[in-house]
Amino acid sequence: MKPTNTTNPEYFHKVVDCQYACPAHTPVPAYIRAIAQERYSDAYMINWESNVFPGVLGRTCDRPCEPACRRGRVEEEPVAICRLKRVAADHKDDIRDRLPKAGAANGKKIALIGGGPASLTVARDLAPLGYELHLYDAQPRGGGFMRSEIPSFRLPEEVLEEEVGYVLDMGIHTHFNTYIDSMADMLTKGYDAIFVGCGAPRGRDLPNVPGREEGAENIHVGLDWLANVAFKHTAKIGKRVIVLGGGNTAMDCCRTSRRLGGEDVKVIVRSPFEDMKASPWEKEDAIHEGIPIIDNHVPLEFVVKDGKLVGMKFDKVEAKYDAEGRRSLISTGEDPVFVECDDVLIAIGQENAFPWIEKETGIRFTSWGTPIINDDETFQSTRKNVFFGGDAAFGPSNIITAGAHGHKAAVSIDLYCNGQDLEEDRPPPNVTLISQKMGIHEWSYDSIPVDDKRVAVPLVALEKALGDRDLEVELGFDPETAFVQAERCLNCDAQTVFTAPSCIECDACADICPTSCINFVENGTEDDLRPRLMVPAENAEQDLYVSDALATGKVLVKDEDVCLHCGLCAERCPTAAWDMQLFTYNTAKAAPNLVPGLEGL
Amino acid sequence: MSYVKPKFRHPNLPTNRRGYTVADYDGAISTLCAGCGHDSISAAIRNACFKSAIEPHRIAKVSGIGCSSKMPTYFLGKSHGFNSVHGRMPSVATGASLANRDLTYIGVSGDGDTASIGMGQFVHLVRRNLNMTYIVANNGCYGLTKGQDSATADIGSIAKGGAVNPFEGIDLASLALLQGASFVARSFSGDKGQLEPLIRAAMAHKGFAFIDVVSPCVTFNNHAGSTKSYAETREHLAPMPVDFVPMRDEITTTYDPGTTQAVTLHDGSVIHLQKAANGVKTDDRTAALLRMQEARDEGNILTGLMFLDPNQADLNQVLNLATTPLNKLGKDELCPGSKVLKSINEGLR
Ligand SMILES: Cc1cc2nc3c(=O)[nH]c(=O)nc-3n(C[C@H](O)[C@H](O)[C@H](O)COP(=O)(O)OP(=O)(O)OC[C@H]3O[C@@H](n4cnc5c(N)ncnc54)[C@H](O)[C@@H]3O)c2cc1C
Ligand SMILES: Cc1ncc(C[n+]2csc(CCOP(=O)(O)OP(=O)(O)O)c2C)c(N)n1
Ligand code: SF4
Ligand code: SF4
Ligand code: SF4
Ligand SMILES: [Mg+2]
Repeated sequence: MKPTNTTNPEYFHKVVDCQYACPAHTPVPAYIRAIAQERYSDAYMINWESNVFPGVLGRTCDRPCEPACRRGRVEEEPVAICRLKRVAADHKDDIRDRLPKAGAANGKKIALIGGGPASLTVARDLAPLGYELHLYDAQPRGGGFMRSEIPSFRLPEEVLEEEVGYVLDMGIHTHFNTYIDSMADMLTKGYDAIFVGCGAPRGRDLPNVPGREEGAENIHVGLDWLANVAFKHTAKIGKRVIVLGGGNTAMDCCRTSRRLGGEDVKVIVRSPFEDMKASPWEKEDAIHEGIPIIDNHVPLEFVVKDGKLVGMKFDKVEAKYDAEGRRSLISTGEDPVFVECDDVLIAIGQENAFPWIEKETGIRFTSWGTPIINDDETFQSTRKNVFFGGDAAFGPSNIITAGAHGHKAAVSIDLYCNGQDLEEDRPPPNVTLISQKMGIHEWSYDSIPVDDKRVAVPLVALEKALGDRDLEVELGFDPETAFVQAERCLNCDAQTVFTAPSCIECDACADICPTSCINFVENGTEDDLRPRLMVPAENAEQDLYVSDALATGKVLVKDEDVCLHCGLCAERCPTAAWDMQLFTYNTAKAAPNLVPGLEGL
Repeated sequence: MSYVKPKFRHPNLPTNRRGYTVADYDGAISTLCAGCGHDSISAAIRNACFKSAIEPHRIAKVSGIGCSSKMPTYFLGKSHGFNSVHGRMPSVATGASLANRDLTYIGVSGDGDTASIGMGQFVHLVRRNLNMTYIVANNGCYGLTKGQDSATADIGSIAKGGAVNPFEGIDLASLALLQGASFVARSFSGDKGQLEPLIRAAMAHKGFAFIDVVSPCVTFNNHAGSTKSYAETREHLAPMPVDFVPMRDEITTTYDPGTTQAVTLHDGSVIHLQKAANGVKTDDRTAALLRMQEARDEGNILTGLMFLDPNQADLNQVLNLATTPLNKLGKDELCPGSKVLKSINEGLR
């Protein structure tokens, strides 16, 4: 293999598994260290710079970082990254004086359609540059789905209010209760650019299942129903409720039902339990609240008697997989199963809908109904001054993805408004690599990993939780627990940096390495090298770090897979050929240095 | 400085025939200087015991005094051990082996511990052919006491302070050969590919197995002018690669015809000497001595297996001692009483 090019920031970026997996590339280990040092406000600001909604995300994030976390590869459970983010939000001081202010007016006007996390992120990134920002939303308040869909027992209104407020307080002109019904119209209003962050607002229905029309009064589309609950138009549901669907919306529907009078609430899903789209923890939470999940049942009919819904019929199926792993649900041939109910909530997916964007605007769409976008860097549509982001861009996703889109779209909008090229002139990520050596064998971080296990966040008593729709179920970690949980982080941003000419090949690093990452071997192709290492490098997703040829002709090959970042290799190296260097990586934002004082944290 | 090693290990660590991973042969975290050759030898011993699937609790480590003699703390944390007095490890090893011949004995010593203060005990140990593996971590100096020249320092080698060594160095491997050792090898701490199979062969050998391992002292003897630095050693190394195939395993490696020599040990294990085409014979003591002397004259460090006699009787056999370890004998056997004493005394009249 060729020597690894560590001057390409993407190499070390990939080593920080959590940050790499995070759509917004939040510097996770940096904020976790700050929490361990009780610097909650710093931890919060690191997050806020990167993802705008630390308090919201610390409770609701889809957390792709956690399955990616290295700790999950060396023991059972990853670091509690998400709930530690909440700790930063819960325990911070008043940080308002650290927030950027709106910049002096630059004479440019931008419209933001939709007030969800995508638009709010664009607003946050552009406001310090002096843009005049106009945010439109059909709802009475900002936050998008974070307000209308995510139930307040998961996300208390105050938390959302606070963080939406931080953005809107930067002088954003809000136009709530304003549904935009014509893009053509918008384009005549003198905006220099328009950002569309209107989400994927249409809940899927089951129009062709018999009885749908007759039973309509007690059959609700989950998305609309949750919004009605959020805005207090709906306060009750029948005692027996069937929730159709296996995603996170279904989980929110069933848990909300339990709080609005539903006593016998069931989730009934077509697919096998393991294939359900809902995150494992959301399924757990639903089951914990006494909600059975019945899998492999396909809806056949809404049964209506005397004009009133009385139940549903289902066909029992089995999942069969073909050679390519494609699934088909095959009927078992048994009699249909009848399940009694008073209400049904349909939570089987959501889609994009742009009935208000006219053809003549030049904005074109794919056959899936999503806009044709330049690429997932620029977010520019087929009409140069219109940008999309969040669920509106590629279909339903999550808050952190919407934020990530927002950052990139904001960079594009700023470049566009300054007449610059969206690709050529894009700013690179902000990267530093700094030695953490404090003394002969002393590092600036807690290098030796602790053995503590992950613990779950404590919950309020079930009965109390079910009695109050607005009562937050999770209590959050106290500072002591947070410290122990934070210490579980392996500091994957403390990179092992190797300088081949200094190496005397004494083997000290290879001998000490607890996880057998380091090898001195004859070079070869990657396919040849991987099985030849001390412990074969079977995880192809993780890179091999290969050095220049050493004095004996061998090369150093380090399998990054389960490196603990313990620094022992560097401690045992007599010539400092290994060094532990802190790698920081911040994605480019439209406004550079948004939060001063975070460098080197 | 980190004073503990993290508990985590590679989740895919292979296990040996007895179900242990190499981590089961780990010891405490080393306190030797970073880069000390001795740490590499510790790792080689650990790996060798793992690969040969010796149960950790069936091994006893013995050592004297010196950085090298501290090594047993840093490997085989679940084995027996005795860190004895300077140069006195042979006595302790002899006593232990007489008491329990069933354990695998690994002695670790230094060039100071063996060639100076311990020389008297060492030569007697060799001539008695005690069944043990005796490793000298040879750095040409007294590392622990800050780098004074040892008796194995080569003539002309320059100490860190600049003094040139005026004395001829003792070659412990030649000495062991002369004194009738049944297994003599030399290696380099930086060549695990050779050192590991040699240690495995030494442990499988029934009798005294001596391995002289050049092991640079990075702190006091790794400078220009030292003949035992990493760079000098690599420069003058003349290695003969070795493979070790334990009795149970099939021979899977193929060798070009005429390039290897196979030596079978008492337990059926086989040692393969590669590059052995040019008439190297491991059963010829005189030839081995000559080869080593020639290499030394040319300034080269010959490494590999020098001599092996798998059939020499060890101390326990020569003295015809009880085959059962003392800890397995009952009180009556260990202390047979006045009747037996009387009959012995009778026999001496
Ligand atoms: C029930 C449910 C639970 C969820 N839970 C989570 C969770 O726990 N974690 C997570 O990360 N994600 C969750 N999501 C997904 C997440 O809410 C979305 O991915 C995210 O909010 C998308 O952000 P956005 O900015 O693209 O748009 P949205 O948040 O969808 O906001 C779009 C806004 O645009 C407004 N709008 C739309 N069209 C117009 C128009 N023509 N004129 C004016 N206004 C308009 C809408 O009223 C809405 O307020 C959940 C989604 C649902 C449905
Ligand atoms: C009886 C006695 N004499 C002297 C010493 C001092 N002493 C300690 S270690 C050592 C020499 C060790 O040299 P070596 O065996 O080569 O070990 P190294 O440290 O080089 O590995 C000496 C002389 C001692 N500990 N005990
Ligand atoms: S151990 Fe810490 S730095 Fe590493 S992936 Fe997990 S959270 Fe991120
Ligand atoms: S930091 Fe070095 S010693 Fe520690 S696990 Fe990684 S490679 Fe091994
Ligand atoms: S002084 Fe020399 S022999 Fe002793 S630990 Fe340090 S490097 Fe090794
Ligand atoms: Mg010595």
